[in-house]
Amino acid sequence: MSELATYNFAYLDEQTKRMIRRAILKAIAIPGYQVPFASREMPMPYGWGTGGVQITAAIIGPKDVLKVIDQGADDTTNAVSIRAFFQKVANVAVTTHTADATIIQTRHRIPEAKLKENQVLVYQVPIPEPLRFLEPRETETRKMHALEEYGLMHVKLYEDIARNGRIATTYAYPVKVAGRYVMDPSPTPKFDNPKMHLSDALQLFGAGREKRIYAVPPYTEVVSLDFEDHPFEVQRFDKPCALCGAEEVYLDEVILDDKGGRMFVCSDTDHCEDRRAHGHVGAMLATEAAE
Amino acid sequence: MSTTPLLKVKDISKFYGGRTGCRDVSFELWPGEVLAIVGESGSGKTTLLNCISTRLLPTTGSVEYHMRDGVYRDLFRMNEAERRFLMRTDWGFVHQNPADGLRMTVSAGANVGERLMAVGNRHYGNIRETAIDWLGRVEIDADRVDDQPRAFSGGMRQRLQIARNLVTGPRLVFMDEPTGGLDVSVQARLLDLVRGLVHDLGLSAIIVTHDLAVARLLSHRMMVMKDGQVIEQGLTDRVLDDPREPYTQLLVSSILQV
Amino acid sequence: MYVAVKGGEAAISNAHRLLADRRRGDRSLPAIGIDQIVAQLTLAVDRVMAEASLYDRALAALAVRQSRGDMIEAIFLLRAYRTTLPRFGYSRPLDTAAMKIERRVSATYKDLPGGQLLGPTFDYTHRLLDPSLLTDAPVEEAMLRPAEGERVMRVSEILAEEGLIEGDGELPLDHEIGDLTREPMEFPMARDLRLQALARGDEGFLLALGYSTQRGYGRSHPFTGEIRIGEVEVELDVAELGFAVSLGPIQVTECQMVNQFKGSAKAPPQFTRGYGLVFGQSERKAMSMSLVDRALRAGELGEDITAPAQDEEFVISHSDSVQSTGFVEHLKLPHYVDFQAELDLVRRMRRDYEAGRDAGNDAITEAAE
Repeated sequence: MSELATYNFAYLDEQTKRMIRRAILKAIAIPGYQVPFASREMPMPYGWGTGGVQITAAIIGPKDVLKVIDQGADDTTNAVSIRAFFQKVANVAVTTHTADATIIQTRHRIPEAKLKENQVLVYQVPIPEPLRFLEPRETETRKMHALEEYGLMHVKLYEDIARNGRIATTYAYPVKVAGRYVMDPSPTPKFDNPKMHLSDALQLFGAGREKRIYAVPPYTEVVSLDFEDHPFEVQRFDKPCALCGAEEVYLDEVILDDKGGRMFVCSDTDHCEDRRAHGHVGAMLATEAAE
Repeated sequence: MSTTPLLKVKDISKFYGGRTGCRDVSFELWPGEVLAIVGESGSGKTTLLNCISTRLLPTTGSVEYHMRDGVYRDLFRMNEAERRFLMRTDWGFVHQNPADGLRMTVSAGANVGERLMAVGNRHYGNIRETAIDWLGRVEIDADRVDDQPRAFSGGMRQRLQIARNLVTGPRLVFMDEPTGGLDVSVQARLLDLVRGLVHDLGLSAIIVTHDLAVARLLSHRMMVMKDGQVIEQGLTDRVLDDPREPYTQLLVSSILQV
Repeated sequence: MYVAVKGGEAAISNAHRLLADRRRGDRSLPAIGIDQIVAQLTLAVDRVMAEASLYDRALAALAVRQSRGDMIEAIFLLRAYRTTLPRFGYSRPLDTAAMKIERRVSATYKDLPGGQLLGPTFDYTHRLLDPSLLTDAPVEEAMLRPAEGERVMRVSEILAEEGLIEGDGELPLDHEIGDLTREPMEFPMARDLRLQALARGDEGFLLALGYSTQRGYGRSHPFTGEIRIGEVEVELDVAELGFAVSLGPIQVTECQMVNQFKGSAKAPPQFTRGYGLVFGQSERKAMSMSLVDRALRAGELGEDITAPAQDEEFVISHSDSVQSTGFVEHLKLPHYVDFQAELDLVRRMRRDYEAGRDAGNDAITEAAE
């Protein structure tokens, strides 16, 4: 039986990293365009972040500081697992603090803290093609992107309004990048779309199973699709975070008991902890302090 | 009346191995003119239509179109992007089976509005109003705007298909047996509608049909096809009232006199 | 007081430990040996090698043990390992005509040179559970006879002599062999990449698709021209030596289907083909693969594409078990952020509906007053 292999820094061999970096460069050169790449089999299942992991593995260096979040939290199981993977195969420093990270790999959320020029945000993407559920054939959607034929996308939004009185897409809300390609921002809630626009940071998107990489370079226009008379709107929450009192942030609903008791807390756990460390207090903690 | 033809078709032939689809067809089409291509099934008329409208690549021959900027373009030398754009804006294609020319799972309003959205229209209210206006012009009730064509009768679907094609103000419309499969009374109503629209909008049209009555009602000129070739052509009234070729005489005399 | 749930790391670590414990099971029982798995669960090992596209019986057996017998999990393990291996190049095409045959059957001829050799097949066994396998009852040794050592001609060669069957499939001379695991997948696909995808494809999925063609969803009138199972040499051209070096034998299963003839007045009719080739002994997979290969050639052969098995994008996009299971099972991951967005929308729409209804009722009440 053959000797089991020892692994290269960050697991992928250098040839593969080079291949992925070339794809990343192409993606940056054509913002929002999906670059096909030869996605490798990774030690975690397809659909569980292999695209994001391959991008991170291709760009990470010994001096990087890595943060991994899922649903905005550092401590969800998949984020823990991916972070542990990179600690094992790259031995890099890891952090939960957004401001200290150089690479942030994320699933379904953009951190609340504004990102900076030296930071890279790596998104995990399940279905990269924004037109996929309108047109299942890849051969057709490729043509539509090449010919900038996005009428079908607006038909979908029109139908939403005709049927529901409003656009019914609440996450993976399609955007137009640098005025040319329509892109799927990954299943982040539409609440996060404005954060992609003119960001100081580099945004990379990896779809391992579907074998596509795309990118939004820093300071790129990212505009959510809408109609003039039905403009794009973010979600609003009625109350601030019950733990830290933050407003204008995305909140998670937590069920407290079986009588319908519920509360809303920051989805971005680092943001919440940071605020509490600086003395901000939300309604729930204030009540308990009083008791 | 314009002095330049809208469409110049030269020596179009389409062969499938040893079989002839159509052969050596040439003609010119003028703005505002309606041409009927008439023949029985297997005559090659649909093949010809598909070649002229670039849905099929002919074996030989050329088709030149007079663009809005005044230049003649050889359609088969255009790249796909240009051809697709032309098909969406300056042309229409009405299929025999309306389901082939509509999105069946999307509302009537969206079907009509799609081309407007495809060319950059971004005001929902305006798109919807334009769609309702067009539905009215093809005699579909405004309150059906949010219904899907799946719920429409054959005649209504066909009228919807026509509205979908005309909303961008095309100059040339191709029609493949537009009344095929419809009840006689529904056909009559549809033909009346098409005749009115073609006249009001100054459209050019090429209509393939096996039904001489359709040709009589709608077209200025007609071509009779048999076995892939044009055996007679001329002004519609002349051809139908005074057919010269034996085959044409046969066709004309076969119409039941009721 | 609500405390944000923490301890994901601890939970995962405990889960791994519990898994290892369950995998070993009752400590009073002997651990299953890798050689036992290779020798006695051979067909499981073969399937893992085939779908992982890596020929190494011991590693495949390790994967089977590590996965507790979950085949797709084992295939995943072996695939992930394969990714890390360096490439030396491409072997010469396997010469299956020179196979050391263990099993060879043909449905198209009653008898033919080389004969019908049944080999170690389940065919014709009666599917009755055998109590003697509950214990370690002694099993007779097989009878052997010396190998004839002759090349056994292929059934397709017999047909080809009369010009009755189409050629073996040609690609242009300058065509570089594609590698599905090294290139992004794009449609339409060349046949070499398609066959690679089918060779790695999930046996159950291809079986169902092959079955569907037999039931009329893209019928191709298949006859099994030949199935042969045995060992073939893998040869590598070494530039410095100037000749090919044998890397050793591997066992493969090959299936040639003879399908619906095609022809016209201009081109006299010939039978068409479907092809299947798999590592190890796996007839079901090789046969299914050949049926689906033929179905996917529908466009090339000028047939109408009407059935799922003929739809290249559909078949190839969904044939990979590791991809399918990854995406299906990813639904277990937290999706509460997006679900929150949907909750918000639905609540809002219900409020609008109720407000509209109340306004309607008020209007009626007012009108009534």
